[in-house]
Amino acid sequence: MASCWGLPELLCEFPSLSNKSLRTMRTTIDGGFRDLVRSWSDVIDQATWPLQVFLNTLEDIFTQTPWFIVMAVMLGIVYAASRSWKTVLGAFAGLMFIGIFDLWEDTMTTLAMVTVATLIAIILGLPLGIMMARSDRFKSVLSPVLDVMQTMPSFVYLIPVVVIFGIGKVPGVIAVVIYAVPPMIRLTNLGIRLVDQEVIEAADAFGSDSRQKLWGVQLPLALPTIMTGVNQTIMMALAMVVVASMVGVGGLGKNVLQAINNQFFTIGFLNGFALVAIAIIFDRTSQAFGKRLQKHTETGHD
Amino acid sequence: MTDTRSGIEIRNLYKIFGQNPAKYVDRVKAGMTKEELNDKYNHVLGLQNINLDLAPGEISVIMGLSGSGKSTLIRHINGLIMPTAGEILYEGQDVVSMNPTELRHFRRLKTAMVFQKFGLLPHRTVLDNTCYGLDIQGLPRSKSEPIARRWIDRVGLSGFEDNFPNQLSGGMQQRVGLARALANDADILLMDEAFSALDPLIRMDMQKVLLDLQDELKKTIVFITHDLDEALRLGDSIAILRDGALEQVGTGQDIVLRPANDYIAEFVREVNRGRVIHADRLAQPLPPGAPLPELQLPGRLVLELVAREMTKANATQATILDRNGTPAGVIDIASILGAMVTPADAPAL
Repeated sequence: MASCWGLPELLCEFPSLSNKSLRTMRTTIDGGFRDLVRSWSDVIDQATWPLQVFLNTLEDIFTQTPWFIVMAVMLGIVYAASRSWKTVLGAFAGLMFIGIFDLWEDTMTTLAMVTVATLIAIILGLPLGIMMARSDRFKSVLSPVLDVMQTMPSFVYLIPVVVIFGIGKVPGVIAVVIYAVPPMIRLTNLGIRLVDQEVIEAADAFGSDSRQKLWGVQLPLALPTIMTGVNQTIMMALAMVVVASMVGVGGLGKNVLQAINNQFFTIGFLNGFALVAIAIIFDRTSQAFGKRLQKHTETGHD
Repeated sequence: MTDTRSGIEIRNLYKIFGQNPAKYVDRVKAGMTKEELNDKYNHVLGLQNINLDLAPGEISVIMGLSGSGKSTLIRHINGLIMPTAGEILYEGQDVVSMNPTELRHFRRLKTAMVFQKFGLLPHRTVLDNTCYGLDIQGLPRSKSEPIARRWIDRVGLSGFEDNFPNQLSGGMQQRVGLARALANDADILLMDEAFSALDPLIRMDMQKVLLDLQDELKKTIVFITHDLDEALRLGDSIAILRDGALEQVGTGQDIVLRPANDYIAEFVREVNRGRVIHADRLAQPLPPGAPLPELQLPGRLVLELVAREMTKANATQATILDRNGTPAGVIDIASILGAMVTPADAPAL
């Protein structure tokens, strides 16, 4: 009890709701929510079934395929996207590190997870970003939602995700997507809004309809910014995979969680570095790809 | 001069920028000034009571300083900006009342536009940029590419088809802009300060390209500029815009010789008159009975060229011929000199 220099109670303690009414509120909301989820559980299971299948299939592909094939394919993708042997060499070193320290399988599980989450984030984020760029009203509605999604501690929205979807990979992916999708939406919106107004005017003057304008002018010119969004989404997904291990997602995140619980210093750092290695590979590759898309701006005239 | 095509008629055009323009248009029509509208109601009067006929097959220049509303006016012609009141007629149709589909159709087939900062698509090559209007029309590449290649060649960019705009100089980029507009084969060509961003020499070069093309194409060109010399060089007719209102409309010669007010007189004071005034304007009637000077010159020559010819022939007098080649009058070197220097009644420098 604060003494408050002898002030009356009302000025001393913030006049909050009574403990009893707060408890009632809590139990009502939680109970109602739980009942709602319970009565819809069949529908929820059915709705998430394709996601479950997709996740399992991809994880199987990643983990069942012999390591050297996976590695060759990955390095091939890195080269195709970046066209830089230096990046390929770096990726090779990273993957070797992962394999040598016996983290290959866990890494593949994590990769499958991040891949699925990133794909979903792009599929959701791109159209939302386009809508946000087209309508100021939609932007003013979505912006605060994105602010909440980005600042709300990720542990907090793990709670409703677990209540609705239970424990496992699917709720993990959903939590990761919620965390990783905002930059995709924001940067798509930004990229489209930043397209040179005179070019847009030229498109209008030649009689483009809105679809021709979107696919022929706005998206191609916004692509570098959109690629930054994809890059950010991947990075955030990688960061969130660790947190998602708390709801039963396997892979590197689970190892980190165990290391925290048991104070396994070495395991913690090895797994952490494996995540860092993947993050750097993804980052360099997607950035080099984004830069290559801007080829037409590189050879500037002086 | 019998062009049966439709020109563009601009009728009673008003444009007010602000939250609620329709509310104030009647007050502006009743005589509220631009300043009053701005100070009291926080609306900007962009254009007021514009009535202008843009002749078919000619270059009509709309000239004005920055903020005069010239760029706003040209954007009304293809509906990029819609007026607060008034109409724009082309082939008997009012552009203002077109629905979005009609307007798109009109823009695709009837108009093409060239922009001050080129407005090229940076991710498309020169060839793809030139094809752009035709792509939008839905023409297959097999048909549009030969057309685009022909225009790229006409504007002198052969060999640069696969370059990106950023790899070209400003003058070359605007040639792409011109080729893109011409490839559309639209009747109306809108040029918004098309050459203003170019170096003086390149600008002269592009003016010549445009005049040569126009000799052949006879398009209805609306050309916006803030440069009086450019206006006089290109314009079959010139409209001068100031604070959103037309100050004077006429040929270059009209404007230089008979400025409608002090503002225009101020404008044209520095003009090289020898390049604007035509010989037939100055020719005196044939003296009855007297022998005609031997040197014969066409009346549409500008004074500078007449003076050059007379100096070359070592003559002090010349006979001026009319359109049909018959003698219409006599001109002498003293009157040419008098007309070429700024008139004495002009305000002091």
